[in-house]
Amino acid sequence: MATDISKLTLTARWQDLTTGMMIHAGGTSEEFNTGEWTSVKPHVKEEDCRQCLLCAQACPDSAIPVNKNERVKVDLKHCKGCGICAKVCPFDAIEMEGL
Amino acid sequence: MKNCVEIRWHGRGGQGAKTAALLLADVAFQTGKYVQGFPEYGPERMGAPITAYNRISDEVVRVHSNIYDPEYVVVVDETLLETVDVTKGLKEEGAIVINTAKPKEEILPHLKGYKGKVYTIDARKVSVACLGKYFPNSPMLAAIVKVTGLMDEELFLNEMRASFQHKFASKPEVIEGNMRALSMALEEVQ
Amino acid sequence: MAKRDRLSGNEAVSYALRQINPDVFPAFPITPSTEIPQYFASFVANGQVDTEFIPVESEHSSMSAAIGASAAGARSLTATSSCGLALMWEELYVAASNRLPVALALVNRALSGPININCDHSDSMGARDSGWIQIYAENNQEAYDNMVQAFRIAEHQDVRLPIMICQDGFITSHAVENIELLDDGDVKNFVGEYEPENYLLNPECPTAVGPYSVTDFYMEAKRAQAEAMKNSKQVILDVAKEFAQISGREYGLFEEYRLEDADYAVVMIGSAAGTTKDAIDQMREQGKKVGLLKLRVFRPFPAEEIAEALKNVKAVAVMDRADSFSDHGGPLGAEVMAALFRNRSQAYAINYVYGLGGRDVRVEDMEQVFETLEQIAATGETGDTYRYMGVRE
Repeated sequence: MATDISKLTLTARWQDLTTGMMIHAGGTSEEFNTGEWTSVKPHVKEEDCRQCLLCAQACPDSAIPVNKNERVKVDLKHCKGCGICAKVCPFDAIEMEGL
Repeated sequence: MKNCVEIRWHGRGGQGAKTAALLLADVAFQTGKYVQGFPEYGPERMGAPITAYNRISDEVVRVHSNIYDPEYVVVVDETLLETVDVTKGLKEEGAIVINTAKPKEEILPHLKGYKGKVYTIDARKVSVACLGKYFPNSPMLAAIVKVTGLMDEELFLNEMRASFQHKFASKPEVIEGNMRALSMALEEVQ
Repeated sequence: MAKRDRLSGNEAVSYALRQINPDVFPAFPITPSTEIPQYFASFVANGQVDTEFIPVESEHSSMSAAIGASAAGARSLTATSSCGLALMWEELYVAASNRLPVALALVNRALSGPININCDHSDSMGARDSGWIQIYAENNQEAYDNMVQAFRIAEHQDVRLPIMICQDGFITSHAVENIELLDDGDVKNFVGEYEPENYLLNPECPTAVGPYSVTDFYMEAKRAQAEAMKNSKQVILDVAKEFAQISGREYGLFEEYRLEDADYAVVMIGSAAGTTKDAIDQMREQGKKVGLLKLRVFRPFPAEEIAEALKNVKAVAVMDRADSFSDHGGPLGAEVMAALFRNRSQAYAINYVYGLGGRDVRVEDMEQVFETLEQIAATGETGDTYRYMGVRE
């Protein structure tokens, strides 16, 4: 049976947990706004971006979505601010900025 | 335990004393007895002295201790007579069977005044004659069966043939030699 | 039709495993359990089982592979002894907390040092708080019977915990004794197919195994795990009842031997219990009221049941084949005495450490223990409640 993770909140009793704390459902990490866990965020200088998409491939959190072969707005709900995108960008189009 | 025969084997690692004890348990089981056959290892290496034990009983064997006052002792390697107190606890109404080519008179002084029956067999002679190699355990197994009278000799040989056919399924050529060794040993023990 | 045979304890457990036909068996050899994967490997080679047999490079790996296979949805197990179990330490906790019904055929052997290959219970007793069910055997028959019951207990919906089936190294593992074996078909029907509700290789439902638990959840997770161990007691009894129907052999959480009217009792685990039964029969012939409580299930610990069974004894000796180095007694002693205290028992209780590193236990040794209990009850003086049996001093 698929796990309803919306029930696994801080009010969940021990009886409410899944057996062995396993999660039987796919893509549940999307429900966690891990983008809150950062002190810096990427700022894309659109004028310098050539849409090479290296940043999208390099992002460990899949937080740089691609739509129809074009990078779209960074998903700040899941971006942890690691800065890898800024490092790989060959055009220095991404800068990490403090919040 | 009533009607329980206890046997202690002294050998050296690699000579098959443990295997002989397990085979004895095997054949005794076939006669409807409750059996136990188990080794006691010292250092794990070839040539180190080892002890193995048998209990053969009309009742379920529950005790799991070693055997201290056996009815019978089998000495698979006569060099152990120098270093191991083989007759320790051995009952005087019992017997000891020793693998040696020497006459009994030469062996007796090594037995610390043991007053029970002493049997000898030249397992090397038997083994080399029948198998072409020195494997003392088959002759010693036959010898102890003979000395204890645990079972009819023909029944013993039949059971052993079945057991060898199982044990040596992948090398059947050694079965006949081992069977000859058992038969010869039954005659040779004295 | 059951079959009468004679097998060593290792052969008996291997025989049960062939009948169970598990899915995955990763193994690494260590004396005295080596024969179990060795015999099993020949079943694999002969095509008698469908098991994926994985020779690995260490016990850390064998337990890891068994856990991975179990999480994937396979019925998996491994075998080990002594230092091999010690090397599995980290994984033991992972198996239990992930609630994976892995089985372990443990052949009890002393832990180093000094290095020693013979029997005591220090390996499994060290793992007693890892969250595994632990079931012990007196002889090859019990080792076989416990193995047949293992997966039914471990895989039960209310349990889902790993299970350790323990027997005494060399004393039972390498001793050929009479045994009654069940039919292959009966075992197959009894054990059944393993059909987990959730598993990693289920394409219909992706699964995450072993996610991180922050402090906010960790304690609830452990409480839930504790409940599974609590549930296992009834399941062990239910499975035993069903097992009795196919085997005629009855098992409980422990065996009481002439304990009903006993004034003096011994509590112990494993092969020395058989030796103790012989001592009891001899002493009973002299009119001494002596009895035995042989513990089969150490985890979960049947505290209330033990206290109830011992409620009429005047004095009890708890025998530990492992020391805790607590300066207070061994693990079994601590548990039994706590159970007696909670039950407001007035019995005198002492704790012996015995049989370490294969030190032999004789009928005479156990008679002496009973005589000591008799003296204690007569004088009211327990003396040191933490003592060694069979040590030169």
